[in-house]
Amino acid sequence: MEKETQDFSAENCPGEFSGEHNLVGVAGMNSEPSVKIEVLFFAKAREITGLPDISLQVPPSSSAGDCLKILLTKFPRLEEICNSIVFALNEEYAPDSIILKNGDELAIIPPISGG
Amino acid sequence: MDCKIVGNGSADIIHEIEKLKLDKKEIENRISKLEAQLKADEAVQMKANQACSSYDSILDGHAVSSNGLTPGMIYRYSRHLLLPDFGVEGQINLAKSSILVVGAGGLGSPVVLYLASCGIGCIGIVDSDIVELNNLHRQIIHPEAYVGHAKVKSAAAACRAINSSINLVEHNQALQASNALDIVSKYDIVVDATDNLPSRYMISDCCVVMNKPLISGAALGLEGQLTVYHHKGGPCYRCLFPTPPPTAACQRCSDSGVLGVVPGVIGCLQALEAIKVASGIGETLSGRMLIFDALSSRIRIVKLRGRSLQCFACGDHADFTQQSFQSFDYEGFTQSPMSDKARPKLSLISDSARITSREYKDLIDRQEPHILVDVRPAHHFKITAIPESINIPLSALEDQISLVDSYLKEVAKDSGKSASLYVVCRRGNDSQRAVDFLSKNGFPLAKDIIGGLESWAQDVDPSFPIY
Ligand SMILES: [Zn+2]
Repeated sequence: MEKETQDFSAENCPGEFSGEHNLVGVAGMNSEPSVKIEVLFFAKAREITGLPDISLQVPPSSSAGDCLKILLTKFPRLEEICNSIVFALNEEYAPDSIILKNGDELAIIPPISGG
Repeated sequence: MDCKIVGNGSADIIHEIEKLKLDKKEIENRISKLEAQLKADEAVQMKANQACSSYDSILDGHAVSSNGLTPGMIYRYSRHLLLPDFGVEGQINLAKSSILVVGAGGLGSPVVLYLASCGIGCIGIVDSDIVELNNLHRQIIHPEAYVGHAKVKSAAAACRAINSSINLVEHNQALQASNALDIVSKYDIVVDATDNLPSRYMISDCCVVMNKPLISGAALGLEGQLTVYHHKGGPCYRCLFPTPPPTAACQRCSDSGVLGVVPGVIGCLQALEAIKVASGIGETLSGRMLIFDALSSRIRIVKLRGRSLQCFACGDHADFTQQSFQSFDYEGFTQSPMSDKARPKLSLISDSARITSREYKDLIDRQEPHILVDVRPAHHFKITAIPESINIPLSALEDQISLVDSYLKEVAKDSGKSASLYVVCRRGNDSQRAVDFLSKNGFPLAKDIIGGLESWAQDVDPSFPIY
């Protein structure tokens, strides 16, 4: 399966994000320049993005919610499903506010209804 | 009937009497057959109206061992009884339980077959659909002989052929908010094997108000999902998905396709979860979701959130009663129909920008210079297409709009006249979107074919394949 690595750390990230996250490096406890996570897409999310998964570089101390916003700038059509998905971090339900760590796996799971 | 007896006297009369006697006998036979059928139908209806009390009728006067099983049951289910974790107790629990399976399709087929084989005391099957030939690649309970017949009849016949000792109840109707309380109340466990979003919300809500565990499976394309809802304090469907996704209407097997064995895998796992809930063994998928990815042969199990205290249906302050359930508009809530047959017809463009498939045939016969753009996805175009049509998928139309222009110019050059532009799709919705787009981007005279290829097959060319 093809994998795409998206670098969304600071300079590549447009809009309010870049500004906000440039500051995070100073305030954050993490000394690494960015956090690399794996995002898994299922069902409609896979159809919209055209990808089963991507590797994503996010600024340190990014939350799962921040990551979703980054994904929305990359794949605007995810907007249509973002209110009805199961969001799982490392195979477990996670609130938007949870802070992502290096190597985390974030799954975006819209419901399917066929049978 | 007028009978005239002329000449030959008594021989003719005797012959006529014999003939009439035979007719009489045949009519009497037909009457008693119809009476028997009426009686049987009434019995089925009565059974459907009764609570599914399974265990006693299974025993049906057979000698019962001290462990509660008949010799026949011990032999039939011996491989279950040999399982130390399951044993006699597990089997008796199955015999005493009643399970409602909603949907006798791709998911429901293996669910119902396994539940019947394993000795669930009473199985109810709800479905209003008839068996169609394009179901058989995945709905493995139905044989060709039942094409055109009710799915519940076909499914029940298959179950009876496997296990004549269990009770089967045929609910040959669609499960709706108006009849669901009545039907669901007769069973201990509900299996959601439906194919649409409004039914999923409706069944989950019904299980909340009737306090039944729900084994919910879904499959589409090459993916499947499975969860047990409203079981032992776990979440319900609405806890996870309080807001329905807006694009649910097009997420159907009849639009997106499904690899036959995928619902089969999920259905088998649904049967397994139902058996675990019924027998009381093991750890169910309550509070967890199993996600099956057929393409990469991966199964993931994701831990879900707990029950939502704010849930509209099962939350701590929810005011969701049986009455509110019955009056809830599930199709309105999800913006999608429960029935596959009730497809929403788009009317985006004016009638003057549309022609019928017959009118299109006429203009071919008149040899009117034109091009026909088929805006279906490329893999649909490969299935079948009208000869000479050009495939530009709707999603690529914006990028390839210059192609339309060059094709039109080519035809105009060859014919010496200006060429007109027609658009077609599968059913006549995407073609309207395409004409709408084309008319705003330099092609004001573009028209689409009403009803798409389906109407072409129906009204013009009966040999044109439908899918
Ligand atoms: Zn709930």
